[in-house]
Amino acid sequence: MAKARVLIRPKEGILDPQGKAVERALPALGFEGVGHVRVGRMVELEADDPARLPELCEKLLANPLIEDYEIESIDGA
Amino acid sequence: MLWGVVQFPGSCDERDALHACELSGEARLVWHEERDLGGIDAIVVPGGFSYGDYLRAGAIARFSPAMEAVAEFAAAGGPVLGICNGFQVLCETGLLPGALLLNESMRFTCRQVDLLAEAFSPLEGGKSFSEPVETLSIPAKHGEGRYWAPEKTLDELEASGQVAFRYAPGQNPNGSARDIAGVRNAAGNVLGLMPHPEHAVDAMTGSTNGLKVFEAVAAGALA
Repeated sequence: MAKARVLIRPKEGILDPQGKAVERALPALGFEGVGHVRVGRMVELEADDPARLPELCEKLLANPLIEDYEIESIDGA
Repeated sequence: MLWGVVQFPGSCDERDALHACELSGEARLVWHEERDLGGIDAIVVPGGFSYGDYLRAGAIARFSPAMEAVAEFAAAGGPVLGICNGFQVLCETGLLPGALLLNESMRFTCRQVDLLAEAFSPLEGGKSFSEPVETLSIPAKHGEGRYWAPEKTLDELEASGQVAFRYAPGQNPNGSARDIAGVRNAAGNVLGLMPHPEHAVDAMTGSTNGLKVFEAVAAGALA
C-alpha cells in the first residue's frame, strides 16, 4: 500500500468565499498583512496502485472544472 | 405519462417532487440502487443532500446505479429535470455544463425569487416559455447554488439559448454568473435549476408557477 495525500483547491480566478471570510477575520485577531487566502481540501489515502490516483482525482476527489489538485507521496513518512 | 423521481439517501424533496409530478401524470420513486427505468417517460432528480453531499454536492450520487441509468436515459433523449441538489448531480455527472459553488454570502439562503424563463424551449418538441418572457415566482433554498462556468462556456450557453432561467434583476441570491438560475443541455432534453418548482404547485404556499416547469417537461416527454 502506498500512502498519498491529495491537495485540492479552487482554481485561480474562482471566487472562494471561505478564503475571503478567513482573510477578513484575520485583522480583527491582530494578524495584519495576510492576503490571498484560499481554502481547499486535503484527502489522505492508501492505494494498492498509486498509478491510478490521477484518474481517481479527476473522476471523484476533484472537479477539474473548478478545482486544481496535487498528489503527494507520503511513503516513509 | 409516468414520472420517475430518483431517491438517494439524503434526498429530502422527493415527496414534493412526486406530488408535483402526480399533478400531470403518474409517478413513482426510483431508489438509488435501481437500474431499471423501464416504462418511465421522464425523470426528476430532486433536491436534498444526496449521500450527505460529502466531498462536493452531488459528487457521490453521480456514481449510483440509478444515475448511471439516468445518464443512459438522457443519452437516448429521455427528458430529465434536475432540481437544486439534482441540478448539482447533473452538473457533476456531466449531463449539464458548469458547476455550483458555495453561495457568495456563504449562507444558506431560503426565499421566494422571481425567475425569468427566457428563451426557454425546455425540451425538444416541448412548449416554449419564450414569447414573451415569463416571470415565475418560485422558492430558492440552498447553500451551494452559485452557478459558475468558464466565460467562454457562458457565452456559448447564451448564444445557443441554453440559459433556461435567470434570477430577476436584483434577486440573484447566491452570486451566480450572469444571474443564471437554470440551464439545459445542447440537445434540450436535460434541464437543471436551483430554485424549487415542486414547492410552488399549490396556491396554499403562495404560487403555482412551478407547475409550468413540470408541464413543460411533460409536454416534451409526450412529444
